[in-house]
Parts: sequence; structure tokens; C-alpha cells
Amino acid sequence: MSALRESLSFLTSRLRQVGIFVALILIVILFQVLTDGILLQPQNVSNLVVQNSYILILAIGMVMVIIAGHIDLSVGSVAGFIGAVSGVMIVHWGWAWWIAIPACLLVGALVGAWQGYWIAYVGIPAFIVTLAGMLIFRGLTLITLKNQQITPFPDELRALGGGFLPDISGGTSVLEFLTVILGVGGTAAILFQAIKERRVRRKFNLENEPMAWFAVKTAFIALLMLIITFLLASYRGTPIVLIVLAALVILYSALMNNSVFGRHVYAIGGNLHAAELSGVKTKAVTFRLFVNMGVLAALAGLVFTARLNSAQPAGGTGFELDAIAAAFIGGAAVQGGIGTVAGAMIGGLIMGVLNNGMSILGLGTDYQQLIKGLVLLLAVGFDIFNKNRSGSGGGSTIGSRFKRKTSPPAGSESTTPVSGAPVGDRPEKAAASRNP
Amino acid sequence: MNTPILQMRGITKTFPGVKALQDVTLDVNRGEVHAICGENGAGKSTLMKVLSGVYPHNSFEGDILFENEPCSFSNISDSEKRGIVIIHQELALSPYLSIAENIYLGNEQATRGWVDWRKTNLEAAKLLARVGLSENPITPVQHISVGKQQLVEIAKALSKEVKLLILDEPTAALNDEDSGHLLDLILHLKGQGVTSIIISHKLNEIRKVADAVTIIRDGKTIETLRLDEGQITQERIIRGMVGRDLESLYPDRDPQIGEEVLRIEDWSVQHPQDHSRIVVHNASLNVRKGEVVGMAGLMGAGRTELAMSVFGRTYGRAISGKVYKYGKEINTSTVSEAISHGIAYATEDRKQYGLNLIEDIKRNISLAALRKLVKGGWVDGNEETIVANRYRTSMNIKAPTVAAITGKLSGGNQQKVVLSKWMFSDPDVLILDEPTRGIDVGAKFEIYTIIARLAAEGKAVIVISSELPELLGICDRIYTLSAGHVTGEVPIAEATQEKLMHYMTKEKE
Repeated sequence: MSALRESLSFLTSRLRQVGIFVALILIVILFQVLTDGILLQPQNVSNLVVQNSYILILAIGMVMVIIAGHIDLSVGSVAGFIGAVSGVMIVHWGWAWWIAIPACLLVGALVGAWQGYWIAYVGIPAFIVTLAGMLIFRGLTLITLKNQQITPFPDELRALGGGFLPDISGGTSVLEFLTVILGVGGTAAILFQAIKERRVRRKFNLENEPMAWFAVKTAFIALLMLIITFLLASYRGTPIVLIVLAALVILYSALMNNSVFGRHVYAIGGNLHAAELSGVKTKAVTFRLFVNMGVLAALAGLVFTARLNSAQPAGGTGFELDAIAAAFIGGAAVQGGIGTVAGAMIGGLIMGVLNNGMSILGLGTDYQQLIKGLVLLLAVGFDIFNKNRSGSGGGSTIGSRFKRKTSPPAGSESTTPVSGAPVGDRPEKAAASRNP
Repeated sequence: MNTPILQMRGITKTFPGVKALQDVTLDVNRGEVHAICGENGAGKSTLMKVLSGVYPHNSFEGDILFENEPCSFSNISDSEKRGIVIIHQELALSPYLSIAENIYLGNEQATRGWVDWRKTNLEAAKLLARVGLSENPITPVQHISVGKQQLVEIAKALSKEVKLLILDEPTAALNDEDSGHLLDLILHLKGQGVTSIIISHKLNEIRKVADAVTIIRDGKTIETLRLDEGQITQERIIRGMVGRDLESLYPDRDPQIGEEVLRIEDWSVQHPQDHSRIVVHNASLNVRKGEVVGMAGLMGAGRTELAMSVFGRTYGRAISGKVYKYGKEINTSTVSEAISHGIAYATEDRKQYGLNLIEDIKRNISLAALRKLVKGGWVDGNEETIVANRYRTSMNIKAPTVAAITGKLSGGNQQKVVLSKWMFSDPDVLILDEPTRGIDVGAKFEIYTIIARLAAEGKAVIVISSELPELLGICDRIYTLSAGHVTGEVPIAEATQEKLMHYMTKEKE
């Protein structure tokens, strides 16, 4: 009984992380019912993964940018531009895919370096630079494509968008072997990692999840993995892009948590001045962040182009909004400093399931956009409501919270001798850090 | 004379899991200056928020009688209507608006929805005269000093026909001169019948202005001391606040001073925006192994500017001069260079410049020397926790675990996190800028002890402080700065407050 109570109080303290996960499951169940079971049919699950892969790839880079307190509005245009570049390289110039793909990623890195230069070293806000980038790279897309689509692409590249890992059972089994091996192996790895992490936390006497909650959560995640494995295995196996995505998620989660670079990104987003005065090379980190975003946008553009088997003038339009929405639904904070790659993936999946489910139901883009907009608003609204409730004072009504928010503690900053001293003043960050 | 204007009875305020106030009683007489003392987290600010309606009347227990009438405020404007005005520690002025606009912000002098600028500015000028400011009311607030901004806040309060003025640490950001003005003004307003409640850490100020002192500890009223009964003494207040006698405010030290570690020569710095202003002028100073060197100066003397410009040129432009470590010239032009040469700088403003408040303790401690934790390309999280736990113990950081968020710690504990961060970077020279600002008496002693320990371990320590007794209590040698010049260097044996103040106010030769 006390274990239950402990779990409940833990749940309320982690309402946000738990809530987003529960929301995803509820949305899946909702559409599973509404679509009479079509949503979770093996073929549709496979589709769902492939369809959303490029948004999820973008969301990885986007959540990192957002954690650092910036934004990138240009990723859709950059993805489109790289699609166009790949078309020219592969279809017009006849480059082999193994030259063209690295070349495209390099172009993406250059694009990111261009934007990162203006943001980090010139000091123009990312919002402006990437808004300009959105126009610039859409324009370059149109110029590169001369307003016409490029098609068709060779099979090797198309595999990146719609291909599957080879069936090692030779088509003799109902369940695709390799997928089962990967799925079960992955599940085991996750279980192993979760238990190891819990041990470490216990060893150092850090606050730990209650056992009951840990068991339920881990078992649930494992079950989920196995279900997805089963569904994928009973269709055509593992999409290649899922392997790419999984590798990226693992790599970037580790990068954000356990590399000097990742830590510096969180430090910059949490308090730019403090990071600077702690020896973090804030400009270099910001620059690299945008180079990285450029590379991921290029990869997303390649996957998208491969999936459509054509490079199109309007390719990638609106991707930035989905990627930003994914990051915010996944718990990233607008002020920076908070967010996770895993959260952004769940946020992206929520958007993806909504898209897919509504399409199956035959809802037009009109209603789809309306509903997606409301979901974004509610998710972030819930976040803020939740933060206020558990935040600094607690206990007070929303009304008085708003009262306090609307009287910002300004004024003193501009005249203290130190202000304006460290490079890149960001008063909104200062105000935010004082009102945690 | 002794008619009560405010009576708070049995105030109890609970936050989830914490009783912030427990049966607190406060009696304030009409026309007095009533100080509220207590350590950080004792509940002073919470009590004032209860009084001013920030916490609405149904969110706490107990009764408030103002001018003998019960009050039930739902928000700040309710309490302001009754003449209770609170001025928060962090000023609530809009930097880009004029003084007059700020004074009448939310209370615009308007006829039929249109602002009457003539009236606004005329009335504002009258209010400014009352608080002793001669500024033009159309001056943007960002162009006047913090001290004057504080006075504008008071003028704003006067515009609301204030009967009870609450000031939450009004002098925390002010220099001695401005503090003096402000305290005089409070006494002046008292003469005009305005009752004030002042929350302050500075005991000398309390002794100067307060008619009564109510001490709060752990959310409870300890006692109310009255001047006319001769009860207001420093010892008594401190005893009430910490619940014990502090035998000494400063730890004993036996300085073992060795060779010179850091020397700064002919250091000059220009203001980053105003190029005609030279903020630091040919300053030279040094610090030796095991020595605690103080830097005294009034606000604007250039102490922080000097320190920050040395520490990776984080302040100013056109910096010239040389920095020597162990006699060899070193390059400190970026923060990481400075850190790699064993220099650490703990800022005067923890919240804005020192800590990532939304991050936990361990990640704050590791930030400046993260590379020390890297194994095989990755940050070793276990080692990080071990390191953080070590500092939690040795620095006595009061937090449940090192995974606690720093924003939720008290000022003293936050400062210990900042010090831990810099100690982990293993510096030879620590520059501590106002290390005890906004920290309560008990935690101050702990910080002093840490400073003494650092010196005993052979570190060279520079302490910048606006509190002269503090410098006299912990330093071996004190430099004075005035208007960007080093105007004096005084060994501790010869140092007195008067002597330091003389140098601190000295014009350049």
C-alpha cells in the first residue's frame, strides 16, 4: 500500500514525463479504435515509421538547438535544398550513392556553418538568421531544380527511404528473423541499461524511482518494443531508416548526456552568462550546434527524397514546424536548458500518429492542421500549468501567478556595472532564470 | 503614539510539504520603522507576500488587522488600495520607460483613456522632490543608477498614497552612500507619518533606523525588540536569528604566506560601450600563496570590472596591462585560458552569472572542469556524482542529494555550489566577488571558514567586498580602489574602517 502511495507521489512529481508517454499511448488507442484496427496493422506501423523518420531526424537536431535557447526555422528548406542537390548529383551527374550521400551531408554541414556563423559569431538571433535561411534555401532549391522535379533515383538511394533489411530466413518464416533478433536484442539491451542505471543511482544514494513504478515502466517499455518488433516482423521486416534513426537516437542521447559538448549545450541554454564565465566556449558550441543541425537536415532531405523517389521544388515545406512541435511536445522549454532527445522522439511520434490516424480516417489537411495546432498548444500549456503548480512557491492560484509574471523584475540589469559585460546579452534569459 | 497600524495574528502558511510560516505574530505601530530580521528562508518574504496579497486571503490561516479593520486581500491591488505598498528586492521598473511613466505605471494619469502627460510629469516631479531626486521625470529609468531607481520605486509607492511601506532588502544592491540616502529617506518619511517595514540583513542599518525589530526563525516569530526599551543590540539580534550566540563572526586564522602567485601590472580597462570612460586605470596588485587579499571600494570603483577583465576579458574593451603568475607572464584573454592558468572567478551575482539554476548540483559543480571527468571521450557520470558528493560533504551543502536543482537551494547553499565548482577546477588563485552577498549570518561564517581553509591549503585568495568589517575580519592585506585607481594597500595590522574609507573616497593623485 505504501509502495503504491510512493509510486503515486512519484508519478505526480514526474507528471510531465509520464504524461507525454501516456498521451502517446492514449492517442494510439484512440486511433486504433477509430480506424477499426487499421492503425496498428503491420503494414501501417511500418509506414508510420518510414513516414515520420525524416521529421524525427530533424527533431533530434531541433531539440538540441532549442535546448541551447535557439530555434531553427530553416530546416524544411534546407532538407528540400539537399534533396535538390542530391537529385543533381545522382540523377544529372550520375554520381554513385556512396559519393553522393557524404557529399550531400557535407553540403548540409556548410549550410549549417553559414547559419551558425551569423548566429554565433555575428550575434544575429537564430530566429532571424534561420527565417532568412528558410527563404534563401527555398530559393536555392527552386534555382537548383529549375522549378522542375528530378526523378527517378537509383534503387540504392531509394532503399534509404523505403527499403528494408534483407530477410535472412529467405522468406520461409512468418516472422522475419533479423527483425526479431534486432528487436529482442534491443529490448534486452534496454532492460540491461535500465537496471544498471538504477543500480548506479542506488549506489550513490541519488533519488530513485520507487521499485513498483520502475518495474511497471520498464516492463511496459519492453513490452512495447516487443509488440513493435512483432508487427514489423510480420510485415516486411525492419525499415533501413529505422536502423539509421535508432543509431542516431542512441548516439545523440549519449552525446547530450555524457559528452562535454552536450553538457555545454545544456549549460548555455540554462544560463548563458554562467556558462561563459565557467569557460564554456559558447560561440563555438553554438556554431557546432548549427553545423550539426545542417547535417541532420541534409540527412532528412535525403531520406525524404529517397522515399518520394523525386526531388521536388516544394520538398520539405513545413518540416520545420513539425520538428519544432515535436521538440516542444516532448518537453523542451522555450527558454532553453531543458529537453531530451527521447522526449522529442515521443513528441514526434505523437504528431506522426495524429497525422497517420487522421489520414486513415479521411480527415482533410484542414482539420489535421487544426487538431495538430491544438495538441501543440495543449501540450505546452499543460507543461506551463504543471511547472507553475510545482514551481517556486506553489499553492497559489493561477491568477496570482499571472500577476507575478506580468511584473517582470526589470530595471536593475541595465545600470549595474557588470551588465552588458559578458558577450551576448540576453535579458529574457536573465529574467527567466530569476523566475524559475 | 503607540497605536497599532498593523496586527498580524496567528499567520500560518503551508506550501506542499513545507510549513513556511507557523503561527506568526507581527505588531507594527503607526509611524514607526519596523525591521524584520531572519536568516534566508526564515519566512520573511513569505510573510510580506501574505501581507501584501501576493498570496490571497484564503491561501493561509490567521488574521490581518490593518488600521483595526480585518483585511482579506485577493491580490496586490487590493492591498495597495488600502495603502500597503511593497517594494521588492528585485526592482520592478521598466528600463526603457521614463521615470514618470514608471511611477504611474498601472495607475496612469489619464482623462477619458488618454494619458495626460503634463499632469503625469508634473506630479512625478513633485514626488521625486519628496524622495530627494532632482532627475528630470522624462529620463528613461535605465539611465539612472540603481540607487536612484530604488528612490523612484519609493516615489511610485508615494504616488499610491502609501500608509505602510514594505521594503524587501532595499539596500542589497546599493553602495554605502546610496544606502545612507535611502535610510535617511525612510526616516524622513517616518516624520511625514509613513510607517515602514524593512527587511534587511544589515544589522548596522537596522540599528540606524529601526524603532522595533521582529525576529523570525524557521517560520516562527522569535521576539520583537523595541528601541525604547533598549533591546536592539547586534548581539541580541544575531542570537535571535541563529538561535545561538556567535562567539566570533570570523574564523581564526594563522596565515602562512608564501611566494607571490599572481601579479597584475598596469591594468587598464575601458567601458565596453562608453569608450571615453576608463573604468580601471593602471591598476597593479599582487597576491601570494596562502594569502587572503581584500579589494575594497565603493560602488563603481572598478573592482568587479578589474576582476572580470583579468578573468578572460569578460568585461570591457581596450584592455591593457600584464598578468604574471609565479613571475611569468601569462595570457588570460579567454575564460578557458584563465582557468587553465589556475585562475577562478566566482561572480558577485550567483543567479545571473554564477549558476545554471535549472540544472542540478552535480552538473553545476562539474561545469568549469568538465574535461577532468572525461574518460575515453565521454563524461564519467559516476565519477561526477562521487566528486559532487565529496563537495557536498566538505562544503556542507544542505541538499537531499547532489541531483537537487540548484535554483531551489538557499543563497548560502548556492554560493557553496559556486565555490565547489571553482575548487573542482583546482585553481591557484581564487577571486571571490562579494562571496557573502544575500547570505544569512550563519552561512556567512561557513563561507569565511571555507575561505580560511582555502588559504591554509596554499591557495591565493582575492576577496572583493562592500562590507568593510568582513574584509577586516578575513583578509591579510587590503587594496582600496577609487574611481578605477588603486588608491591604497593596507596590511591588516594597520587597517581600520576609517582608514580604508579614507582611501576608498580618495580622488586620484
